[in-house]
Amino acid sequence: MDVGYFLKLLLSGLTRGSIYALIALGYTMVYGIIKLINFAHGELYMLGAFTGLIVASLMSYSGINPVLSLIVATIIAIIYSSAYGVAIEKIAYKPLRKSQRLSALISAIGVSMFLQNFVLLFQTSDFLSFPNLIPTFKFLKPVENYLSSAQVLIYICTALFLIGFTILVKFTKTGKAMRATSQDSKMAQLLGISINKVISFTFLIGSAAAAIGGVLISSQVGQINFYIGFIVGIKAFVAAVLGGIGSLAGAVLGSFVLGLVESFGTGYISSNYEDLFAFVVLIVILTFKPAGLLGKSEKQKV
Amino acid sequence: MMNRVEILKKSAINAVIGILLTFPITVIKVNTIDQEITWRWYMMGLVGAVVLIISFFWIRQQERQNSGSTFKFNESKLGLKYHSIMSKPGVTKSVLGSAVLLIVLIPFITTPYTTSIITSALIYIILGLGLNIVVGLGGLLNLGYAAFFGVGAYTYAILNMNFGVGFWLALPLGGIASALFGAIVGLPVLRLKGDYLAIVTLGFGEMTRIFTENSDKLTRGASGIANIPKPTFFGHAFGYFGSTRYIYLIAVALVIIIIFIVWRMENSRVGRSWVAMREDDIACESMGIDLTQSKMTLFIISSAIAGVAGVLFAAKNTFINPQSFTVWESIMILCIVVLGGKGSVRGVILGALILILLPEYLRAFQQYRMLIFGFLLIVMMVFRPGGIIQNVRKIYKIEGEPTNE
Repeated sequence: MDVGYFLKLLLSGLTRGSIYALIALGYTMVYGIIKLINFAHGELYMLGAFTGLIVASLMSYSGINPVLSLIVATIIAIIYSSAYGVAIEKIAYKPLRKSQRLSALISAIGVSMFLQNFVLLFQTSDFLSFPNLIPTFKFLKPVENYLSSAQVLIYICTALFLIGFTILVKFTKTGKAMRATSQDSKMAQLLGISINKVISFTFLIGSAAAAIGGVLISSQVGQINFYIGFIVGIKAFVAAVLGGIGSLAGAVLGSFVLGLVESFGTGYISSNYEDLFAFVVLIVILTFKPAGLLGKSEKQKV
Repeated sequence: MMNRVEILKKSAINAVIGILLTFPITVIKVNTIDQEITWRWYMMGLVGAVVLIISFFWIRQQERQNSGSTFKFNESKLGLKYHSIMSKPGVTKSVLGSAVLLIVLIPFITTPYTTSIITSALIYIILGLGLNIVVGLGGLLNLGYAAFFGVGAYTYAILNMNFGVGFWLALPLGGIASALFGAIVGLPVLRLKGDYLAIVTLGFGEMTRIFTENSDKLTRGASGIANIPKPTFFGHAFGYFGSTRYIYLIAVALVIIIIFIVWRMENSRVGRSWVAMREDDIACESMGIDLTQSKMTLFIISSAIAGVAGVLFAAKNTFINPQSFTVWESIMILCIVVLGGKGSVRGVILGALILILLPEYLRAFQQYRMLIFGFLLIVMMVFRPGGIIQNVRKIYKIEGEPTNE
């Protein structure tokens, strides 16, 4: 067995996992609070990538320092994606909070369709190349065959985001309100928590994470189009289900497991079936352990 | 209740937000090959105007619904007139009769192009009716429906390519193959509920497409199968015009048969168990209905209908490839059901006619088709979740006046 090849697949699996984790967090948080699969979450990742690309190209064509461009592009992408996330919730989900869950899901599919075609019509259906802005880290020289600077950047950003996010949820007042709402939204409301604010905030954080993922992965892969969000969104959802939907630690664990499965699957089995592994994992997990790796199985009350 | 000025003010604010929100995507266009940037400032005005108008009607409709003063067709003047005409003896029959006559005559009085488009709409009506059983009656969301459609189409194409099987034999075989596929998918899937079911069916749909794209020997992969023969009439093959008309008539016949089947099923014991399952599955189970069995029949029948539609589709287009059976195809069929009216046969027919025929005849609007459909899905869910023609539950009335004797 080729150790180098194995190592390469392992590291690229971790990269995939990091990106899935950033997106899966949004899914699982939204599900935890309003019990809705936000089908359009992948589109926020795509919108983040597009906004990032536009800003980054604007800046780099006018000769601004690449690192600065990358940082500014990421920040603007975060702002825009969060704004979209909050707007979507207000328009398409809020009026449906009391109706059937099927209605909300169909509405989410509508949002996804709308956003994809919005970008397709106003931008382009072709692949756009993302400017190469990631600096080359000198200390990676000895291992450059296995590990690129972009990958290191993705690991670092994901780790920082996850740490920050854990602190937010565990130790701040907003985090407490979020946890309370997800446990029992009626009771939380009685105790003076503004549910609407909490839900908006959840969408905001989730979309911000998706935007970070979008900009990072596009600057690594180098090209994007309007369709990138859909399949990644579904895979991140699979990751969230795998970890146990509603559980934040589960989402991260599930993402890394899925990332590794995909990476080794494409590396050792066939790259034609790249998109297949996620669905196989999904079907297996839902058949044998529907609550996911870290999820608690809900008891049904009559 | 807000007055118009207040609504207009609010809409103006929304328009400004809309302009800001869509700024990078609509105004800036980047050409990454020539490294050029185009600024389309006029887009700001366009987006602002569109958001202003939509927002105005949105808020007004919301206000109306909150105060309960919505438009009700059945209570409006037009509606009352419609009902008074329709309730006269013999009117329904004569309307239905002339409609059937018109439908049969269409291919002989219009161009083959029109006939061919209406045939596609008919195929979508069949698909809509099939999906309607799952979504409308059973309340389950199947996002992989195009895969069942694909199984039917590929059954005909592959059997014909390898064994020379004709259309009429393939028609039931496609239905059976698709039903079998439905049963296989159904086994692991049907224990799941709601959202999970939707995602897993989507997963199965995509898996099927990926396999079809990659199995070169059986399905000729992504390049698809061409030269699928059109149906014959007792061994007699038609020319181009003749076969367009012939397929149209077959499609009409199939639609009528399937409407009849659906209508009979709806009012049968099985059909009522589906509706009961949709309303409350626990209560349903405690009434002695076997949920798994009833879900399974639901799934199999709906798959079989999709399979039949698939065979017809393959025969009509004479060429199929995996791109015709993607998730978006499934979502398109879902749009038909949701827009027309979940659970309502008339609704599904109307939905298919609107969604398939309208974009064909409004070419300028074709480009914006999917954008508008996406928006329509949201609008329908927010304002009229039952669809254009809402399905009315059957109410049993006891005949006769109560007496005091």
